[in-house]
Amino acid sequence: MIELVNVRKVFNAGNPSEFSALNSVNLNIAQNKVTVLKGPSGSGKTTLLSIVGCMSRPSAGRVKLNGREITSLPERFLTDIRRKTFGFIFQQPNLIKGISVLENVMLPAYPLGEKRSSLKVKAMQGLAELNIASKAASKVEWLSGGEAQRASIVRALINNPSIIIADEPTAHLDTKLSYRFMEIIEKFKSEGKTVIITSHDPLVYDAAIVDRVVNFRDGQIEGES
Amino acid sequence: MSPWIEKQRYIIDFTISSLLRRKVKNFGLLALYTLIVFILASTMFFTYSIKKEASIILQGSPEIVVQKLVAGRHDLFPVRDIETLRNIRGVADVQSRLWGYYYDSLVKANYTLLTPPAQTDTAHAGTRTITVDSDTDDSSKPLFTLNGAALEPGTLIIGNGIARLRAIGKGDYMPFRASDGSIMNLKIVDTLSSQSELVSSDLMLMTEQDFRKLFGIAPDYVTDAVMTVKNPSEISMVAAKINKRLPDSRPIVREEILRTYDSIFNWRGGMMIVIFSAAVLAFVIFAWDKASGLSAGERREIGILKAVGWETSDVIQMKFWEGAMISLTAFFSGVILAYIHVFFTGSPVFEPALRGWSSLYPNFALTPFINAEQITTLFFLTVVPYTVATIVPTWRAATIDPDTAMRHTGE
Repeated sequence: MIELVNVRKVFNAGNPSEFSALNSVNLNIAQNKVTVLKGPSGSGKTTLLSIVGCMSRPSAGRVKLNGREITSLPERFLTDIRRKTFGFIFQQPNLIKGISVLENVMLPAYPLGEKRSSLKVKAMQGLAELNIASKAASKVEWLSGGEAQRASIVRALINNPSIIIADEPTAHLDTKLSYRFMEIIEKFKSEGKTVIITSHDPLVYDAAIVDRVVNFRDGQIEGES
Repeated sequence: MSPWIEKQRYIIDFTISSLLRRKVKNFGLLALYTLIVFILASTMFFTYSIKKEASIILQGSPEIVVQKLVAGRHDLFPVRDIETLRNIRGVADVQSRLWGYYYDSLVKANYTLLTPPAQTDTAHAGTRTITVDSDTDDSSKPLFTLNGAALEPGTLIIGNGIARLRAIGKGDYMPFRASDGSIMNLKIVDTLSSQSELVSSDLMLMTEQDFRKLFGIAPDYVTDAVMTVKNPSEISMVAAKINKRLPDSRPIVREEILRTYDSIFNWRGGMMIVIFSAAVLAFVIFAWDKASGLSAGERREIGILKAVGWETSDVIQMKFWEGAMISLTAFFSGVILAYIHVFFTGSPVFEPALRGWSSLYPNFALTPFINAEQITTLFFLTVVPYTVATIVPTWRAATIDPDTAMRHTGE
């Protein structure tokens, strides 16, 4: 479903500070499975995730989504794919401060011009499913770490994406909240979604729902477990 | 409703909430921007209206003023020469004038003293209109008008500036030190209309008898003579004839007076240009500051929006609306405030520096004259550059990968 062929990513190319985050990565990610990219900090997991999620382009190599080459697509097509296909859960909740939880959750749907009333119903349902409906009108800065994380999950799901991408989702959560997060992932899987997670948290990569763990080190795949 | 319209609504709603989120910063920005537009617009309104006002008032000034010269200096004009002027072909009317200046050491101010040369009874019983200029062309505004006050020996009419300065009014007495050292106490019978205060603020009207007594001028002399010419195209010809028949005189035609006034107002306009330039400079610094970059928070926000699926064009559109809302609000507030400042409150900010002379500042409402060209220029000088200045850094931030925008700023 997602195919990476000889993907390389070089930052600050041509500068003395040039460094290669990914080196000839070849990877196939299956549909409707939970795949974990495991590795220490700086191993290139997040860079790979942002390339898969159309947030950045590789310096070399190709990325195919459902057999379609997406690497060379113009920016607006990439945005469209990103908006409709991927839901992002970042390491930090990355919510916009100063506006309500509900507005934050609805943000990805704004460019699609969906009717406000139906969008609001959808957002409220999402918040209710993760038990934070009571916080809908609150500003995001008033939320606890776990609540902010859940709000960002609802935001990732608002456009009903088929692929969920989560970058170190448990890094800022305690054990209880981390287990709660994995329960949510299980639910996604049962709904037929594809989940790609980067993590070096055993609670994540040792979880029963995880179908595949890909080990990363120094920008290369080291093996699978 | 079509998705496109709904999308625009979402973007505008988000823009408004974005502006409100940074209330303090945006309010400060708006206040500064409004202040700059206010100064620029006030300068424009003020200079344009004052020039227009002055030129309208001075259109009513005499066509030719004839002065006597002695050793190149202005001297008293002999009454016997009036007849010589009347006999010049093409002259419609000649009137003599008595006017001069009086220094009031008490308030350290100079007054302009004048005797009304022509008194015309109007149709209304009991009201009398005094016009200073002999030219009664109804297309022009008289220098000043006065209703209901009869000027008799021992009385005077004063300009509003004098009334304010000395805190006196109708019914009060005003002492003068005559040329022979005696004290003359004249009763104020009225104050001049404030309609044309620009030129009548420091003016005093008194009878010929009092004027001659005050300054010790013999009855066979006047200050100068004013002439009306039958055919305006012959003014220069008549002036040449005056020079020929009265070689020791100097004819001053209206165009010269207008030119003099124009240069005075231009000089004051020059001061306004200094203020104007300072405001433009402030605006450039302000716009440059805006253009030079976005805050880390703003960059991060753009990164988030792009990561969740906003296109570069959506982000730019949002920032465009943000810039347009601030600049249009500031533009209209600044222009409206400047209009009120100049036309309703008498320009208290720059009035002392730009109008009147001595210590008698005129206090009058300028007739609102607005030049559409000036407003358009102001619009293109402020709203357009600011909006562009807002978009440029946004475009730079929005065209980079959302991943980069978010990574470089952090939470």
